Amino acid sequence: MSSTTLPDALGHFGPYGGRYVPEVLMSPLEELERAYSDARLDPSFEAELHSLLHHYAGRPTPLYFASRLTESCGGAQIWLKREDLLHTGAHKINNCLGQILLARRMGKHRIIAETGAGQHGVATATVCALFGMECVVYMGEEDMRRQRLNVFRMRLLGATVVAVANGSRTLKDAISEAMRDWVTNVATTHYLLGSALGAHPYPMMVRDFHKVIGEETRAQSLEQIGRLPDTILACVGGGSNAIGVFYPFVGDASVRLIGIEAGGRGHRLGDHAARFSGGSPGVLHGAFSYLLQDDQGQVGLTHSVSAGLDYALIGPEHAWLHDRNRAEYVSISDADALTAAKTLARLEGIIPALESSHAIAEAIRRAPSEPNHVYVVNVSGRGDKDIDIYRENMPELDPDDSASSEQRGDAG
Amino acid sequence: MPVETATRISTLFANCRSAGKKAFIAYLTCGDPSPRDTASLVLALERGGAHLIELGVPFSDPIADGRVIQRASDRALRSGMTVPLVLEIVREIRRHSQIPLLLFSYLNPLLRYGFDKLARNAADAGVDGVLLTDLCVEEAGDPVRRLREQGLDTIFLAAPTSTERRLRLVAEHSSGFIYLVSRTGVTGEQASLSEAAAPLVKRMRALSNLPIAVGFGISTPEQVAEVTGLADAVVVGSAIVKLIEANTVSPNLRATLENFTRQLTAPLRA
Repeated sequence: MSSTTLPDALGHFGPYGGRYVPEVLMSPLEELERAYSDARLDPSFEAELHSLLHHYAGRPTPLYFASRLTESCGGAQIWLKREDLLHTGAHKINNCLGQILLARRMGKHRIIAETGAGQHGVATATVCALFGMECVVYMGEEDMRRQRLNVFRMRLLGATVVAVANGSRTLKDAISEAMRDWVTNVATTHYLLGSALGAHPYPMMVRDFHKVIGEETRAQSLEQIGRLPDTILACVGGGSNAIGVFYPFVGDASVRLIGIEAGGRGHRLGDHAARFSGGSPGVLHGAFSYLLQDDQGQVGLTHSVSAGLDYALIGPEHAWLHDRNRAEYVSISDADALTAAKTLARLEGIIPALESSHAIAEAIRRAPSEPNHVYVVNVSGRGDKDIDIYRENMPELDPDDSASSEQRGDAG
Repeated sequence: MPVETATRISTLFANCRSAGKKAFIAYLTCGDPSPRDTASLVLALERGGAHLIELGVPFSDPIADGRVIQRASDRALRSGMTVPLVLEIVREIRRHSQIPLLLFSYLNPLLRYGFDKLARNAADAGVDGVLLTDLCVEEAGDPVRRLREQGLDTIFLAAPTSTERRLRLVAEHSSGFIYLVSRTGVTGEQASLSEAAAPLVKRMRALSNLPIAVGFGISTPEQVAEVTGLADAVVVGSAIVKLIEANTVSPNLRATLENFTRQLTAPLRA
């Protein structure tokens, strides 16, 4: 089977993916899958989505040659796909616009979502405001602390943000709580899942709504560089921005695909979110994929300085790309991601999101050894939401550091 | 896939049918409040009139459960509960009782343990059946085959949202009995029985001769009476777990649980 026809009818990418949910959600997932297939065949759906992506979200995003970064690394040419320039500040809006149109077609008027870094929550609150729908966003308490600005943004947009105090109080627990809400209110509610995770059809649908990133990158590369890139780099939490930019290149054997996971602060379970090096296949939140778990099958805790990468399961299509050796997956530490953010800010005047900084760090690490190569790094989001964290971690830039020490106090 | 030999579960329901009685199914989370308590709590449930026990295997991310069972899972995991310890508890119960025992679990802990090994060791310990909350019938072929080969029943959930096609699939994959979820939602008590329960029982009766149990949200003797007017068995979970939670440190925990169960099962003796 060619990779572009995946997944199979039950949502499998090889052995991964599928539908591992309580029976109460099975019929709603079947209904969602039917509605999605119908929508994709309806030219008016495509036209409306295209128009919103163009006039509202700001597509296409530029492919930009980072000449000073390239010069500083002294090797590969580094190009940046600027998803950070989209409305709401990250790629997440692509999927939200697609799913809100689908929810409207299905007659659902209440939208729920989970969020880690808050980018998906903000994008969901944004499209709900645009379409006049009720919006409830579940967010771990720990992430609310890390991403205070985005919490306020969501509220300003009219969403209700529900603090999740269970478990590790991060993305994993927010998804569990959103699923409990969906199980209870499934008749009226669409769950606007924000990454290439969960039960079929979500991983396929979320990928399809983001593949515009890769399609644009392909056309822009041919036009601006005169050929396809040698390497595409993208950070991978659940994996939506990465699958979006990878997917249109999967059939191009010459294009190396590299996903970057969160290496966190160490190699022990609980200190990182590197599912391929530290995990093994298992089931979480509806999908079978590589999972950080202990030897008893309990889901492991994760850590990353970046809330958007801080999740125990990788999207199932990435698991399949990994096993077939079509994509490589590496990890970057908290410290290297922070350094890369500062480097990009200083050399290119672009402050990236902490998630995207992981991909930039890997490009910086590899570039010197690969002259004549062309890299495209997907800058999945901008760093405004992370300013507090950058500030905490770069006290040298904050001589009046009473504010930053206060924040460190808050964290303790 | 019929189970050829009678299991403790099928024997229970055959006896109930011939005596014109209904069965009471009690859920508790293994290892809550600690692994050494579970066997004696099961025996207290049996003395109080329970006919079948669902032994909940705790999981870190119980997406189908409400607050009460989430907290019980946390307590059980903190107390060091594991799948091997669940099987040890089953062996301990079997030294004192022949009550039918059903493992009630999320998929991942059992997947990690391995279904071949689980089927052999569970049957050997004295488990009678397995119910996996997040295993849909489409993905269940392999686990069902392995469990049935060891003479274990496989019980699946049906829900008010299930289409006719799905109800049929659930019936085909189930043995022992079928568990109907009375409403859309997570586990937990509610004031009155969902209106979705009766039509769901009727729809399933038209498709299967297997005994039918109804659960989710049932916590009072009145609700027990109401459910057993419709179905062959009633399941009470969160109300029992809540009672255990409230009496964790009480020296009278076992007696309190036994009395509570006796009140809940009273309508079945009338």
